[in-house]
Amino acid sequence: MAKISKARLKAQENARKNRQELIGVSRRDLMKMGLLTSAGLLVPKRGLSARALNSAGWLESGSSGDDIPCQSPPTTPFIEELPNHMNGGMVIHSPVAAFSNEAACPAQAAPSGCPNDGRTQPHQAFAQRPPVKKYEVSQRRTLKSVHPALPLQPLWGFARRQVDGAVDPNTHTGVAWTPGPTFVARYNEAVLVRNFNDLPPPQLNDGFGLPSVVTHLHNGHTPSESDGFPCDYFERGQFYDQHYPNVLAGINSTHPGTGDINESLSTLWYHDHRIEFTAPNVYKGLAGFYILFNELDTGDENTGFKLPSFPQFDIPLIITDRSFSPETGLLCFDMFSLDGVLGDRFLVNGKIQPFFNVQPRRYRFRVLDGGPSRFYQNFLLDPTSPSTINKFWHIANDGNLLPRPLLVNSIRLGVAERHDIIIDFRPFAGKTLYLENRLEQQDGRGPTNNLLPPGQGHKLLKFIVGGTPVPDGSADPSTQTFYPLPPRPTPRITRTFRFDRTNGQWAINNKLMPGDCSDIRFRVQRNSGERWILQNNSGGWQHPIHIHFEEFQLVRRNSRIIQAGDPEFARKDVVRLNFNEEVELLFRFRDFRGRYPMHCHNTLHEDHAMMLRFDIEDVGDNKTEP
Amino acid sequence: MPNVNRRQWLTASGANLSAAGEPTAQASGGETKWKTISPRDVIKNRHLPNVVLTTHEGKKVRFYDDLMKDKIVVINMMYATCEGVCPRITSNLQQVQKFLGDRVGRDIFFYSITLKPEVDTPAVLKKHVAMHKIKPGWTFLTGAPADIELLRRKLGFSDPDPEVDKDKANHIGNVRYGNEALMLWAAAPGLSKASAIAESIKWVDWPKEEAATKVKGDRK
Ligand SMILES: [Cu+2]
Repeated sequence: MAKISKARLKAQENARKNRQELIGVSRRDLMKMGLLTSAGLLVPKRGLSARALNSAGWLESGSSGDDIPCQSPPTTPFIEELPNHMNGGMVIHSPVAAFSNEAACPAQAAPSGCPNDGRTQPHQAFAQRPPVKKYEVSQRRTLKSVHPALPLQPLWGFARRQVDGAVDPNTHTGVAWTPGPTFVARYNEAVLVRNFNDLPPPQLNDGFGLPSVVTHLHNGHTPSESDGFPCDYFERGQFYDQHYPNVLAGINSTHPGTGDINESLSTLWYHDHRIEFTAPNVYKGLAGFYILFNELDTGDENTGFKLPSFPQFDIPLIITDRSFSPETGLLCFDMFSLDGVLGDRFLVNGKIQPFFNVQPRRYRFRVLDGGPSRFYQNFLLDPTSPSTINKFWHIANDGNLLPRPLLVNSIRLGVAERHDIIIDFRPFAGKTLYLENRLEQQDGRGPTNNLLPPGQGHKLLKFIVGGTPVPDGSADPSTQTFYPLPPRPTPRITRTFRFDRTNGQWAINNKLMPGDCSDIRFRVQRNSGERWILQNNSGGWQHPIHIHFEEFQLVRRNSRIIQAGDPEFARKDVVRLNFNEEVELLFRFRDFRGRYPMHCHNTLHEDHAMMLRFDIEDVGDNKTEP
Repeated sequence: MPNVNRRQWLTASGANLSAAGEPTAQASGGETKWKTISPRDVIKNRHLPNVVLTTHEGKKVRFYDDLMKDKIVVINMMYATCEGVCPRITSNLQQVQKFLGDRVGRDIFFYSITLKPEVDTPAVLKKHVAMHKIKPGWTFLTGAPADIELLRRKLGFSDPDPEVDKDKANHIGNVRYGNEALMLWAAAPGLSKASAIAESIKWVDWPKEEAATKVKGDRK
């Protein structure tokens, strides 16, 4: 109770400030703007354009001063099963023998020469790692149920183009998946994806989304032309071949021929990265998982690290927040927001608040914050004893196995971060548990860093634990070690980057990403090490910063050195920039050349220019504040 | 830019751009309690209020009906006495206008809305237009302070921190661009290269029949 009244006081204080700001604006005007209720109370918004929470923690209206607040209609929680690979709610990608247009448009290092081939650059690693598997993908419009109380949603998803049937030429709609089909890849088995843009023309975009796309494989050690660079987009009717060599970092440099096993990646994801339109396109559903196994992390609990077997006990979870119109029941998106978009409904693997029947044994969950703007701190809640902390094992940060499993109370996720965890349900046989987000966030600027009381956060997923004992071949995490951190490189150069808001836009070192991606801000020397200092001088904003290509190690947050036993003592590709914080990262940039971005992964910040391009070349430059 | 005439395109594609021909208003559970509102109207209702503004030539116009409907638009916010960034963006947008050629004023329209309607009267804006030698197709707009404030928030030229929001200079960097009929809206940095901004605007252009033949520029 004390908490709520404090929040009210804060709201009143903000309302007072807002009133002062609006002196000269009449009462009628304020009502017209939706900022004053007929009772004369200012709508308690944290700043006029921010989305406001009511006392239950739900959002009362959209940003940009919506007249029609996008407060979702009621949806009874936990009545549908979690989509997963066992129940058909998610599917594993199936390879094809040949692409449907391969005779005319050959699969080769150089662009195929077909007029609808969107690629202009040759594949760097095609001869070194010829593809052993081919996948044919179709991006298309599809109708999908997210909850029985809501109408079918017109979304965009990914289809297995030779399996899921054709797109209806009249409605431009077909069978597709969101989350997209899961790629199950293995190290040293190169993959070639022929990715078709079968999306509808823009006038049939159902209100938002640009049918021009580029798919990024998030944390792949991928040559630039296949990475999904924001300006490598391809249009309706075009295709783009992406070659994923699935090789370890170091393959052409420090560990010739093999790569460094301690740079192994495991939980990757793919999503649209279209310059200036990533937020709407991903919000519509263009995201999926890419899982990478090797001889140690095998997907079989009887071999290697003996991690719970895929797909039965190894479950990817993409968490997204969305809002639905109370009038039409359809997905709302605010294309005019600069700050970020929060939803009042939480989806896991595409369904609002699902349940999952588990057996009393160990499971591996690959938890991904799918954005667009919300951060999470997830706990395991036993509703019969909310104040009890139920610990679980944190085994991977950003999809990369930690030096050893850590027993933790919770996991903190910024947009695009992945944390793999192992939950042992054996002590909870016959019980019901929840994955609960207790991190308070009131607008797109980032979380307040306050934790909501246990049981009063957002319940994301319900676990119904079976009562009958079952065999468990997976290893006890307390006895395990995985990959030691690779030795830190000696940096050739230290570069500093300030993440700021300037003139209403999001900037890095006061500069903005141009829509043609033509500005090469600096050149990294291939096969060298670099130290990057990332700074956030704001007390109001947090930014999840993602750097493409090779994993970094986080050395310190302000003066706090990240030490063994910290979940961030890890190889990472996203770093959360907290309020007034400076972080130090150490990188290597090995093996391939080309252009890559660094950007904020709050996709509204990303689309509003908080991004830069750097190129990896044989000779680097010496710009310290690029 | 392609030679597709806006009127031709709108006529050819039929009046109702949002009809996709399937029962999206039907609940997956079988219940039909949902209103059918075209997505275009959703955007109009949420973001494009039909407030009356006055142009730098003293003409009264309605924001949605006269300035947005069926058009490709480029919108920024400024004020006449703003120094530094504002004039740089203005001169940058003049370059963008050159790139877009005679389509500006025909189916692409530039709008600069003042952040200081109290002082930026139509006469002041007219002088500003003359001083910067602004070409036709680009309209400077003022209006009642509450209407301008409403527009500013609806179009997302705002900051959630009230202290920051008060400073008008914090809303001048963005150039919003959109195609009202196609329901495509985005923003570009006002100080980007003019050619890059022009390319962004091209992304929301009327669709060509043969989309697949899009010629890629040199995007190295
Ligand atoms: Cu950000």
